[in-house]
Amino acid sequence: MTISQIIFLVVAGFTLASALMVVTTRNLIHAALFLVATLFGVAVVYAILQAGFLAVVQVVIYIGAIAILFIFAVMLTRRDMRDRGPQMNRMQWIGALLALLIFIGLSFLLSSWDGYSAVAQEMPADFDTMGRLGEALVSPDAYLLPFEVASVLLLAALVGAVYVAYTRR
Amino acid sequence: MDWVIWLIWIVKGFFLAMFLLVGFAYLTWYERRALARIQVRVGPNRAGPFGLLQPIADAVKLIFKEELTPAKAYKIVFFLAPIITMVPSIIIAAVIPWGPQEPQVKLFGYTISLYVADINVGVLYLMSIASIAVYGIVLAGWSSNSKYAMLGGLRSTAQMISYEITLGLAFVTVILLAGSMRMLDIVEAQRSWWFVVIQPVGAAVFLIAVLAEVNRAPFDMPEAEQELTAGYHAEYSGMKFALFFMAEYQKMIVVSAIAATVFFGGYLGPFVHRWPLLGPIYMLIKIIILLFGMIWVRATWPRVRYDRLMAFGWKVMLPLALAIVFITGFGILLAQELGDPIYLTVIPAASIVAGVIAVIMVNRALTRKRILSYEPR
Repeated sequence: MTISQIIFLVVAGFTLASALMVVTTRNLIHAALFLVATLFGVAVVYAILQAGFLAVVQVVIYIGAIAILFIFAVMLTRRDMRDRGPQMNRMQWIGALLALLIFIGLSFLLSSWDGYSAVAQEMPADFDTMGRLGEALVSPDAYLLPFEVASVLLLAALVGAVYVAYTRR
Repeated sequence: MDWVIWLIWIVKGFFLAMFLLVGFAYLTWYERRALARIQVRVGPNRAGPFGLLQPIADAVKLIFKEELTPAKAYKIVFFLAPIITMVPSIIIAAVIPWGPQEPQVKLFGYTISLYVADINVGVLYLMSIASIAVYGIVLAGWSSNSKYAMLGGLRSTAQMISYEITLGLAFVTVILLAGSMRMLDIVEAQRSWWFVVIQPVGAAVFLIAVLAEVNRAPFDMPEAEQELTAGYHAEYSGMKFALFFMAEYQKMIVVSAIAATVFFGGYLGPFVHRWPLLGPIYMLIKIIILLFGMIWVRATWPRVRYDRLMAFGWKVMLPLALAIVFITGFGILLAQELGDPIYLTVIPAASIVAGVIAVIMVNRALTRKRILSYEPR
């Protein structure tokens, strides 16, 4: 095993373990903190994949904005931080079976894809990943339409939030 | 020879961390002396010549103070919060360049670059670490299990999140002007003109947002003793409190270094490309001047009321920052399309107009009553 494989295994294990803790811990703040750890693990995986931009954006948006909002909401709304209800319901075995089936299906599909076993190539030092990404986002034959649609969606969400929060005097 | 490169990295990182730790101690001394001078006092002058040993005496005192943990505090988080505050304030300094890449500095036959890390998303790295720094405050406030600390923590967090957007937009103007997110490219792009000349309002917006981001006066809500005893660190004492204190002063140093890098030409100065070791000296001079600016502001302005702080952040700073980003992009496009860099002068002219409009609006809002204040129904 190479060093990068060992690092990947450690990070992946850490990510999965904290993801498991998010759903099993009973303290809501602890769950939020484990969620932060999970997101951080994902950011490290991006960094291992030489996607520095995505890694940093993951930290800015998910850890710096979304998770902090979760913590805010929990702190403002809950007096008791412990969740006392049952953690499983009657459908637990069916759910587990479905999850297993989806996992098997996905692994099967991925193993038949030829990029699955390809070795990542070393990127040249002056490869401008961010410039490429930026151009792809605004060029009409790449992702211009999804980009614009997403921004309209966000604008709609913004207007909706203002409408819901606004009280007429 | 692989291990030598690792050794150089480790030594450089260690040196940077030590610089921040010692800098913290002497920044407290610098601040107390400068504040005293502004307020016509003497300041600490007993321990050692000019009171230079005062920080050491303070450190010894803080170490021997009793560490209290409130009985109902959430122990693990309470213990972790000062550390989570402290760590980002050190690692954020990793991407700041201290000297030019060319010519190279040679030491014992090895090339030593005058930065710890050179990543192509340097500015975004700064933003991401700044957004992690919020966690220390929110967790400290929550884990103390006290109303004052909780309210103080929520208040400071709201403040930091709000001003982070403005800070990010100020960074966007720099990225647009430099055409890169690498800190080294940003500094090299300022060889003809510092960005503070091309985008003066952007620099002003950046410096104001940074003051709010590191919780300094006049935005020092966490230290508003009259209102919430002390805010998020009300329940902390001894070395744990010292860690919060340390984080604040280290952040001051680091944001001064960042401001120097992105707007005030970084390590650039006369002859720096002949003797690259002048770079760190120029950086240090710029950092000390910017730090003095922060201390001066603290000595001069009273604390802003909290609702006005938020109103200022959302209703003045954010629109102004957006306008500046637009103006910068427009100016660059104009210069590109018409093929003459003289059109870049549109940027300072138009952004100063935008800044003046913002100031006039604030003035009108403040002289007309009950518009910036929240009216309880």
